[in-house]
Amino acid sequence: MTGLAFFVVFIVVGIFLQLTVTAWPSIVRYGAGFLGGTTWDPVFHVYGALPFIFGTVVSAFVALLIAIPIGLGTAIYLAEYAPWWIRRVVSVFVDLLAAIPSVIYGLWAIFVLVPIMRTTVQPFLQKYFGFLPLFQGPNYGIGMLSASVVLAIMIVPFIVSVSREVIMAVPQVYKEAAYAMGSTRWEAVSSIILSYGKSGIIGAIILALGRAMGETMAVTMIIGNNVTISSSLFSPGYTLASVIANEFAEATDAIYLAALIEIGLVLLLVSVIVNVVARMLIWSVQRNSKPVTRTA
Amino acid sequence: MVGTTQQQAGHADGIALAFRRTRSRRLWVDRLAVYGLSLCAVLVLLPLFSILYGLMHEGLSAVNVDFFTKLPKPVGEPGGGMANAIAGTLVLLGIALAVGVPIGLGTGIYLSEFAERRLAWVIRFVVDVMNGIPSIVYGIFAYTLFVVPMKSFSALSGGAALGIMMIPIVTRTTEEFLRLVPNTLREAGLALGAPRWRVITDVVLSTAMGGIVTGIMVALARVAGETAPLLFTAFGNRFWHENLTQPIAALPLQIFAYAISPFDDWHRQAWAGALVLIAMVFVVNMLASYFVARQSRILSPKK
Repeated sequence: MTGLAFFVVFIVVGIFLQLTVTAWPSIVRYGAGFLGGTTWDPVFHVYGALPFIFGTVVSAFVALLIAIPIGLGTAIYLAEYAPWWIRRVVSVFVDLLAAIPSVIYGLWAIFVLVPIMRTTVQPFLQKYFGFLPLFQGPNYGIGMLSASVVLAIMIVPFIVSVSREVIMAVPQVYKEAAYAMGSTRWEAVSSIILSYGKSGIIGAIILALGRAMGETMAVTMIIGNNVTISSSLFSPGYTLASVIANEFAEATDAIYLAALIEIGLVLLLVSVIVNVVARMLIWSVQRNSKPVTRTA
Repeated sequence: MVGTTQQQAGHADGIALAFRRTRSRRLWVDRLAVYGLSLCAVLVLLPLFSILYGLMHEGLSAVNVDFFTKLPKPVGEPGGGMANAIAGTLVLLGIALAVGVPIGLGTGIYLSEFAERRLAWVIRFVVDVMNGIPSIVYGIFAYTLFVVPMKSFSALSGGAALGIMMIPIVTRTTEEFLRLVPNTLREAGLALGAPRWRVITDVVLSTAMGGIVTGIMVALARVAGETAPLLFTAFGNRFWHENLTQPIAALPLQIFAYAISPFDDWHRQAWAGALVLIAMVFVVNMLASYFVARQSRILSPKK
């Protein structure tokens, strides 16, 4: 039994070693320049991952900007405001949203979201916020912004469910104290809950960030898959995960494959770091909230 | 406030007025917050309804008997189905079960029944980290582990990738449900002179069986829709697979290939495939939550 349990440790270490070993030719040949290079040219064996790192970070960041207020708002609504039957129904729907496979989000995005972005959202942004470099350039519909919107939709369920739990864990006495001081419901929620549950909510957000950066299919289907670094969110981009998805099966020579696996290694390391940080934060909340509940 | 002079009274009125003003502003903010927060909840649900509408509107008309019994037709020929992809997904899930369940179950039992605290902490941590690793990385892992030595894309490699992804979910739910089994039951078994392994198999596991099955179903539902780890392991196949060492079709792969194709007919098939896939996922999820409700009724302490 102990041996079986250590199998999971073995798997995680195995993934790390296996990826490092198979990516080794590329690690040795390109060194640190791999992460900073902006050219990706399999024909001449020039491999730089910066456009993909840029695309991954920017799309995940914009997705968080969209998802955090909406997700947090929903979590607060469900935990503090909603009558029990709405809470039940909405929770079921949010769970369904989390259960939809990524490829179906991609399908929906291609045929429903992208046309809306092209005909309505992006012209609107261009007209009123076009002075910002973010919203300039040709409007294809597919591109970084559409990918970010899909990512936001996909990570919202995680933000809602984790931060709802964090909010529910805030001891009732604190809220009651706020009410006794004459605060309105919103004042109690915004001051007590958000400050008390802050690190837990940040943990939820970082967890969502990890999800967003590793997400593959939906992003690959609408980000445009173009190796470029552009200041415009309308521009097509590329992410670490989507370059692997698109090119891996076609990578015939050894160094090309090694470069793609090195990108996988970068993705693995980033997601492990992000997850460890998020878990630490969530744990710290759970530890802190326990003694207070007991005395209450 | 009781003012004795005219001036004091005026001052008190001023304070009361200011208080009323801020109070009404605070109440307004409070009211606005309710609307804002409800709006957030609506915004979260909007995409869900849009997706479900799309699936019904575009997909339902293409789901027919042919869809479940025929192979895909070449471009330009209307009709055809995804029979091979549906079968392929079931085969892949079968392999995934064979890989993921023993390891996940064993780890969960270990964490709940045997582990020393610090060791359990480490393993739980590793399992959490595993849960956060992007699915495409599992695809690369299975590729280097199976596809490279076997020199062929195969059902086995795809199923193994999915199976490894199931482990964290099965482990955590198994552990959680085993913990719910009251210690008195274990003690009763041991007091009767049963060895520890018999107590675990006959008392603990059988009590928590519903919960464990639930965990397996949730894990299955999650990997059933995974596409990224299959791209360069199972790879996809336009025909029936002959054995498990060959490339095999899978529903998510087929949906992906058809969605990014330029043909209207294939787009309809993609929607139909998505409808079938999501129906599978939702049904399994609902069964799972039914089992959870039943299990927690069984295990909840009776007063």
